[in-house]
Formats: sequence, structure tokens, C-alpha cells
Amino acid sequence: MGELEEFRKETEAWLDANCPPSMRWSETPGTNPALNDDLAWGGRKATYPNPEVKQWLDLMAEKGWTAPTWPQAYGGGGLSKAEAKILSEEMRRLRIKPPLVGFGLTMIGPLLLEYGSEEQKLRFLNEVCRGEIRWCQGYSEPDAGSDLASLRTRAILDGDEWVVNGQKVWTSYADLSDWMFCLVRTDPDVRKQEGITFLLFDMESPGVSVKPIELISGYSPFCETFLEDVRVPKDQVVGGVNNGWTMAKALLGHERSMISEAFHEREESNQLVDLADKYIGRDVHGRLADATIRDRIAQLTMNKACLDLTLRRSKEAAKQGQQPGPESSIFKYYATELNKDRTALALNVLGPQALGWEGDGFDAAELQATRSWLRARGNSIEGGTSEVQLNIIAKRVLGLPD
Amino acid sequence: MALVLNEDQQLFKNTAADFVKRESPVSRLRRLRDSGDQDGFSRELWGRMAELGWQSIIIPEAYGGLGMGYLDLACVLEECGRNLVPEPLISTLLLGANAVLLGGSEEQKSEILPRVAEGSMLLALAYHERGARYDCCRCETRAERGENGYTLQGEKVLVFDGMAADKLLVSARESGAANDRNGISLFLLDPNAAGVELSAQSTVDTRKAAVLRLSGVEVPAAALLGSSGEAGTVLSEVIDRATAGLCAEMLGSMQGASAMTLDYLKTREQFGVKIGSFQALKHRAVQMFVELELSRSAVLGACDAIDQGSEKTAELISVAKARCSDAAVLIAHEGIQMHGGIGMTDEHDIGFYAKRARACELTFGDAAYHRDRYARLQGF
Ligand SMILES: Cc1cc2nc3c(=O)[nH]c(=O)nc-3n(C[C@H](O)[C@H](O)[C@H](O)COP(=O)(O)OP(=O)(O)OC[C@H]3O[C@@H](n4cnc5c(N)ncnc54)[C@H](O)[C@@H]3O)c2cc1C
Repeated sequence: MGELEEFRKETEAWLDANCPPSMRWSETPGTNPALNDDLAWGGRKATYPNPEVKQWLDLMAEKGWTAPTWPQAYGGGGLSKAEAKILSEEMRRLRIKPPLVGFGLTMIGPLLLEYGSEEQKLRFLNEVCRGEIRWCQGYSEPDAGSDLASLRTRAILDGDEWVVNGQKVWTSYADLSDWMFCLVRTDPDVRKQEGITFLLFDMESPGVSVKPIELISGYSPFCETFLEDVRVPKDQVVGGVNNGWTMAKALLGHERSMISEAFHEREESNQLVDLADKYIGRDVHGRLADATIRDRIAQLTMNKACLDLTLRRSKEAAKQGQQPGPESSIFKYYATELNKDRTALALNVLGPQALGWEGDGFDAAELQATRSWLRARGNSIEGGTSEVQLNIIAKRVLGLPD
Repeated sequence: MALVLNEDQQLFKNTAADFVKRESPVSRLRRLRDSGDQDGFSRELWGRMAELGWQSIIIPEAYGGLGMGYLDLACVLEECGRNLVPEPLISTLLLGANAVLLGGSEEQKSEILPRVAEGSMLLALAYHERGARYDCCRCETRAERGENGYTLQGEKVLVFDGMAADKLLVSARESGAANDRNGISLFLLDPNAAGVELSAQSTVDTRKAAVLRLSGVEVPAAALLGSSGEAGTVLSEVIDRATAGLCAEMLGSMQGASAMTLDYLKTREQFGVKIGSFQALKHRAVQMFVELELSRSAVLGACDAIDQGSEKTAELISVAKARCSDAAVLIAHEGIQMHGGIGMTDEHDIGFYAKRARACELTFGDAAYHRDRYARLQGF
């Protein structure tokens, strides 16, 4: 047996023996809760109503398998790409949930690995891997959204500390997070992209205050964050002073691939067909009884198939050592638009049962569908709007003039 | 599974691209049209394609071919599509030779396939009947079994490259009702046989087809291709493979049309700036690009499925044809619009792309047809 096969056998045995039952996805389609439920986001403020969530996090963190490919010195598993692939395949096969999710693993971690100082890596990555700190992203401001580089939150050096003043907005989970990675203006007198710095700070620092904002979906995942004379030690700059725009772009790359990945391979059976069976039924030929809905479900499923094939194509090219092709530029745009279409179509399938907000007469899945439709509207806004994606592709890929 | 071309395939594709660029700019299609060429293509160029091995790609080695796959064939078809190359790869190879390959006897394969591979025989598949829309098993043409063979009676339309073919393959019904999948047989037919009447059709894309009228045509028993009454299944599979091939050609044509349009966006000036700087046009150009990339994935997925003998082949072919149909029409329409007045002139090549896009869309099922088929295959 080859070394990798050995690794697969051991991994499978360990996972199967150690993963608690509630950390496995149910096999019955449609009975799994939304992706974010019952997953560990980590952090000092985390509560674990289900103790198995914490138990699984700790077990996996001990092996370094919350961040399988990161070096062991930083709390990762030190696995090769091939080993990491085996781990994720075995987890999928055994229907095991991820032990930890969040911006630490998907955004700031990869950025620190690439650009952080050795001390920063040792200090922050270990905490990320063990799920001890949760991160939020402080980019957007009231007057700086798509035009992010015009941000105005000001940082002025005072001795060994930056003093930060300003306001961030749409900061997802700021109220639940322990640390923020943040873009601030450190030089107002140069081209706007050249006077920005990437800073990390503790949300418990004096001068930081957070106010949740309610979304149209009724939830409050994001906040306004106010920064008043917040003092940040100099060694918490990543990538050098006035080099923040480069950091921001590198991190946006991670963010966009995370967002498009999130919509990939989630569905196993065709949930829209399952829903249509329940709410619409079949005609005598065995076809869904509403021909228009049937056509729209087919269209959407086929669109999804095209996206999945494109993601696969991109992965295969990467495996052959090729640079990401032009196709990779469309993922964020297309995956989010598709998710918007999917959640919207689900409401048409449900019909009047999708009217519910709360109270009697609607089941949990129906209420969730309505809220998912609303939440999904934000998919093409967060992480760079669809229009901005189209601008970028027009310029970088098609070479169209400004 | 492979959705990325390997080195050999890439090399093969580059060679095809060079050949097409050198030998067949779109102006050649225009010349063929303007000179009223009967065939609508060049037999001389067909011969040179055979030297490159194009007609041999999907023919097994046992019959003088190369025994390669659909991913390989797609490389050639895509490059042909890029410049709207009109040579009869779809009709002779994907329809004709595939019918022989999938339905014929050992003897028939040995007789016909090597000649197709060497470029010395043109085939046409006469299956489509007026009003059948996209149902390849709708067949009212009759075959009556006699003492020494069969008598054929009926009419076929849109027989692609039917006027030029050295041999015709005709579907005719031995039993059953007009729409039955069972009871259809395929026959090899000499276009010069008594009772065969062929008349020319020109399609919108300047290609050639034929109406085939069969009035009491006598064919020997040996003309039956494969087994009696079972051609419905063969035809479906042949059309599926031809559909995958057509999609690869469409993928190339979409790129030809997009490149032309993008080029115009970068050169044409109005209001003192390049028109490609207008965001209203930029976003629509990106939309075209997105469709193109998704189409490429779908085409590769379908061809790979055929090569792997995947059980999802039919589904993936529908995914590809639906996508390519919509994308090709979008790119054609936008191509004309973004060229403004010049896009409406016969003088400009974008119109050739638009016409071919439509013709391909309406061949082997449009997007709506394939969505319906996909839903059926998926059980909803
Ligand atoms: C659910 C959600 C979570 C988020 N989480 C975070 C977070 O954690 N941290 C964070 O920093 N930010 C976060 N954001 C903010 C997000 O990044 C911004 O909302 C986004 O970049 C758009 O900025 P804006 O809201 O100011 O809209 P604007 O930039 O004002 O855009 C308004 C409209 O104008 C269009 N537009 C703007 N510029 C152009 C242009 N050049 N061409 C064409 N159209 C244009 C936009 O596409 C949009 O349709 C989140 C947003 C959402 C919805």
C-alpha cells in the first residue's frame, strides 16, 4: 500500500471513531439545517449550546486539521495538498461537518501566511486554528463602498501606536468578533490607493463600539463600528505602512473564492424538485404539473451544472500547474447571481406558503425559504457588487478601455 | 475525467487553428456563396482535411481511423466553427459515419468507414421529416419488405449536404405509428437509384441541404443497416453525438463572433471615445464572455462524458446544447447591435455568424427542447 493510501485508511478510521454523531450531516435530503447552524465560528464570545460542536472543534484542532495545510508551527496540520485532499474527501464521504468556519480560516489566515511577519503568524494563526479568536472585516465605510479606496478612517502615528478615528459599516459579525482586520488612511496626500494601511486590532480596545444593523431578512449579521481614538501597536500593521491596498486586493481574492465556493457542491439532491413535488405535484405523465416552473427549475439546474463544470475545469487546470484561466473571473459573479435565482425560484415553488414571516401556519422550512430569498439579495453586494465584478472583467479580461 | 486538454490535444488544436486560419478565412465562405457553388464547400479542402486525419478521428483503428475521442474531435470542430468552415464534418462524419458505426454490420462498417476516413466518400443522413420538429423517431416514410429486399416510399427534408453525398442513409418505418421509437430501419441508398429524387435546399447560413423524395425505390436486403426495426435507438444516439459535435462547432463560432465584436468596441469611436468605454456595452460584453466560458465547460463536459461512456451523457449533451443555443443567439444578436448600421450589411461578416448561430440553434433541438429533455432525463 502506498503512503497516501495508508494515510487515507488512518484518516478514515480516526474520523469515524472520533466524530460525534451531531457533527455529521443528515442523510435525509431537506432535513439539514442552514449551513451556518450548528457550526463552530469560534472566538471568546462563542457559546456552545451543543457541546459536541466544541468537542469536535477541540479534537480536530489538536490534530491541526482545522487548517490542514498550514504549517504545524502555526497550529495547522502540515499536510501536503494530496493529503489535505484525502482528508476533505473522507470528511465528505463520511458526511462530517467542518470543525470550524469563519474569516480567520478563509481570509485573514491566508493573508498572514503570505504577508504576515513571523511574530504575527505565530501569534495569530495558532489562535485562529484553535478557534480562540473570531475575526471581522473592517473595509466598508458610509462613503466608501464600491469605491473602497476612498475610505477615510484615519490613523495617525503617535509614538509606537497608531491612533485610529472613523467609522466602518456593514461589518459582518462585528458584535461577535474579537479582532478586526481593517483598512485605514495613513497618508491623505498621495493617490488614494497609496495612502492606505492594513491594521489588526482587538475589538476590546478602548474606543471601539459596535451597533448591530437589522437586515431585510430580520437578522442582524452586520454592524456599524465606531472607532474613537483607538490605539493600535505599530507591530499590528500587516504588509507595511501605506501598502494596505495590495493587502486588500489579495484578501478580496480569498473572499471572492470563498463566496463562490460556498455555493458549490452544497446540494446533493435537487432540492427545488423535492420542493416542487411537495407543493405542486405531478401530472399524468409524471412531469411537474406546472410547466413554467418545471422549465425554470430545469434552466436553473442546468445553469448550476455549467457552473460546477467550470469550477471543475478550473481546479483541473490548477492541478496541472496552469495559471488560473479567464474562467475563474466569473465565479463570484455567476455563483452569487445563481444563488439569488435559486432562492427566488424557491418562493415561486412554495406559492402562498412563502408569504410567512412568523406566527402560526408556516413550518420552519417555509419561513427559512422566505428569509433566504431576502438574505441572498446581499450575495451580489457583499465582497464587491456584481456591477463591480463586471467592470473588473471588462477591464482585466476583455481589455476594454476606461 | 478531464475538462482540460492534455498536451497532445492542445497541439492538435493549434494545428487545426493554423490550418483554418490559413486556408479558410470567412471570406472563403462568402466566395462559395457568391459563386453559387453547388456543394457549398470545397472537395479539394476536404481532401486536405483527410490528410490531417480529421475525418479519421472518431473512426476506430480497425476501420482505418485513429480511434480517438470526442474531446479530440471537439478541438477540430471548435477551430472550424471559429471561421465558419462549411466542409461536411457534421453530415458525413457525425451523422453518416456514426450511423454506420453504431448501427451497421461488420461488413458495412468495413466497406464504408475506411473510405470516409480517407476522405473519399461523403455521406448524408436522411431522417428528418417535415413537421417532426426535433423528434428523430418521427417517421412516416415506409419500407415494405418484399422478396428480394425493400421498397421505400416517402419524403425527407433538410438532409444536410444531401446533394453532394455519395451515399445516403435513410430511415424508414417497417411497422408502428408515426412517432414510435420501434419499427424504424435504416437503409443505405445510392442517390442515383431509380425512384430517388433529390432537390436542393439552401439554408439561411448558406449551407446546402436536400429534399429527398422516394417513389417506390427498390433496395436489396443487404441495404438494411444493422437490424430491422431497431434504428430508433441508433438514431437517437447518433443525433446525440452529432449534437455534441455541433456544440463544439458553435463554441468556436461564438468566439469568432465575440472577437469581432470586441475588436469593434476597441476601435470604433463616437463622442470622441472608444465605444468600448461605455459601461452599457461593457457589461453586455462581459455577459457574452460569461456565456462563452460556461458554454466551453458544458461542451467539454458533454464530450468527456461520451468518451468515458458516462451514464450522464445524454443529460450533459442537453446541458451543452441548451447553453450553446442560448449563448450563440445572444452573441449573434449583440454582435449585430454593437456594430450598429454596419452590422446590418451583407458586406460585414458578423451577419454570417448570426445566420449560422440561428441555424445551429434550430438544429437538433433548441434550448427549450433540451430543457424539457433534461427534466425528463432527471425524472421531473
Ligand atoms: C450581507 C453583507 C455583508 C457585508 N459584510 C461586510 C463586511 O464584513 N465588511 C465590510 O467591510 N463590508 C461588508 N459589506 C459591505 C459591502 O462590501 C459593500 O456593501 C459593497 O462593497 C457595496 O458598497 P455600498 O454598499 O457602499 O454600495 P455602493 O458602492 O454605493 O453601490 C450602490 C450601487 O451602485 C453600483 N455601483 C457603484 N459603483 C459602480 C460602478 N463603478 N459601476 C457600476 N455600478 C456601480 C453598485 O453596484 C450598487 O448597485 C457587506 C455587505 C453585505 C450586503
